[in-house]
Amino acid sequence: MDDCPHQEEPDIILGSMLVRDFLEHSADRLPEKVALICDQQRLTYAQLDRMADRLAEGMITHGLQRGDRVGIYLNNTVEAVVGIFATLKAGGAFVPINPTTKRDKLVYILNNCRASGLLVDSRQASLLDEVVGLLPALKFSVLSGSSSRASQRNSSDGHKVLNFNAIQQEIQPQRPRRANIDLDLACLIYTSGTTGDPKGVMCDHSNVVFAASSIIEYISNVQDDIVVGILPLSFDYGLYQLLMTFKFGGTLVLERGFAYPAQVLKRMVEEQVTGFPGVPTIFAIILRMDLSNYDLSKLRYLTNTAAALPPSHIQELRDKFPWARLFSMYGLTETKRTLYLPPDQLDKRPGSVGIAIPGTEVWLEDETGRRLGPGEVGELVVRGRHVMRGYWEAPEATAARYRPGPLPGERLCYTGDLFRQDEEGYFYFVSRKDDIIKSRGEKVAPKEVENVLYMLAGVVEAAVIGVPDPILGQALKAFLVVSGNKLGEAQVLAHCRVNLEDFMVPKYVEFRDGLPKTSSGKIKKTDLR
Amino acid sequence: MTIEDNIKDYIARNLLFSDNGFPYADDASFLDEGIVDSVGVMELVTFVEETFGMKVDDFDITPDNFDSVSRLATYIRNKSKSPDG
Repeated sequence: MDDCPHQEEPDIILGSMLVRDFLEHSADRLPEKVALICDQQRLTYAQLDRMADRLAEGMITHGLQRGDRVGIYLNNTVEAVVGIFATLKAGGAFVPINPTTKRDKLVYILNNCRASGLLVDSRQASLLDEVVGLLPALKFSVLSGSSSRASQRNSSDGHKVLNFNAIQQEIQPQRPRRANIDLDLACLIYTSGTTGDPKGVMCDHSNVVFAASSIIEYISNVQDDIVVGILPLSFDYGLYQLLMTFKFGGTLVLERGFAYPAQVLKRMVEEQVTGFPGVPTIFAIILRMDLSNYDLSKLRYLTNTAAALPPSHIQELRDKFPWARLFSMYGLTETKRTLYLPPDQLDKRPGSVGIAIPGTEVWLEDETGRRLGPGEVGELVVRGRHVMRGYWEAPEATAARYRPGPLPGERLCYTGDLFRQDEEGYFYFVSRKDDIIKSRGEKVAPKEVENVLYMLAGVVEAAVIGVPDPILGQALKAFLVVSGNKLGEAQVLAHCRVNLEDFMVPKYVEFRDGLPKTSSGKIKKTDLR
Repeated sequence: MTIEDNIKDYIARNLLFSDNGFPYADDASFLDEGIVDSVGVMELVTFVEETFGMKVDDFDITPDNFDSVSRLATYIRNKSKSPDG
């Protein structure tokens, strides 16, 4: 295109693609194509690109510098999408944060990464007022949604509160200069660890570009694909639906979640959705429903990750959507995606999550570092450009997860997950090495829930485990020893609701007189299962 | 107690854990206002089935029927009247 800045070409030729290019290249190539359908809006690539340019300009004006972090504390909304690309255009790294994250953890994450900016729903303005004094690095916040507030106001400490809509009306769009190279961070994605404190996985542009390209390749995404985004953008699986769709120039139908399954299905029919990424919880709900009134014949593929689908559900899904390909996949935020099962292998090995994604390799090692052969159980080790850069300012955790590879300067990812391999090289998940629980597709550190339980007066001992659940994959069950019998289940759950994200709230609470212990006095969770 | 009061009481006690009742308008959107999340919707379905003795069809679980106190009350009234409800 004539108006495409020519100085950008050499970067592309050198292969130095940035994540902002996903939007900008599609906006240059397909300006009038609908990129995003969300909240009854249909936005083209050109419109979104201009919106992101305006917000980027606003961020730069209010002090965002290259490499600065911006928290995106929003639901699946147009503003979240624009905020992600605006941060990248402004040279920053975005930090998606689940909008159900409660105050203390929000403050922890924003301070941990010293976020300079924050996008937040105007309905949360009072929360923002409460926490802003605790966030010394925060230079500005952007309120999205309808708000009576002025486009800009200064709070006493120099922190500026901006208004998303006002920025869109007041600023002339101009594509910001490319300040980054692909070794700069594109995003930090916070993930729970065994210690309970969330850690930010550092993803540079080359990591994200590579991971998105590799996944697009094996799914064989094409420009005509219309993908439904049900999973939160704060979850890397949900986020990559946006990134990948914009990279291949498709259309994303972004939904607020799966609270109203029939509504989402109706939207899928209306928009002739071709791609359906889900987690076992979502597919379990779909399988319970009679879909005969929904024409989903345009569906080309379904993908599942985050937790394994039970083999019976795999079969039922294939019976329900015989015209679509089903991908069983496995990954962790630390490498984005790791394995996928080519759909033509599903009949032969339904329990497998497949092989390394294109352009990467994996193998199994025992505790001594010896590589294992077929049939043996060991830790999955990952090599490739999707191996992220480590955890933000957490050198010990980084050193444990990311270790040197065969060539100098190389990083391998030690997944902490145990697998076995069959004779033909396909991998099967066995268990986690630590006790992380997967519930509703999200990772839950029992420690984080237990820490919250211990905050309750009267709790003497607390242990949280995962129990099998047909809908959730695993449901959280809390065992409590309390003093004085004053606590009831409702009170415990109320306390959890106030202090934890939705997916971390236990489904079951059991009161016990005591908990089983190991010889060293630790709670022995294996005896609770 | 009206159906509306019954719903508000349930949400205040079980989903909001509020000490001062249900501080929203009857037509406030549960999801938009963050009153009820996606798991909360499933809890509401169970509450409706148990309290009002009706079976909620999966296809009835829509924002039109479930996304505010007044919508939910209307749904429960209509459903109670219908012969197959």
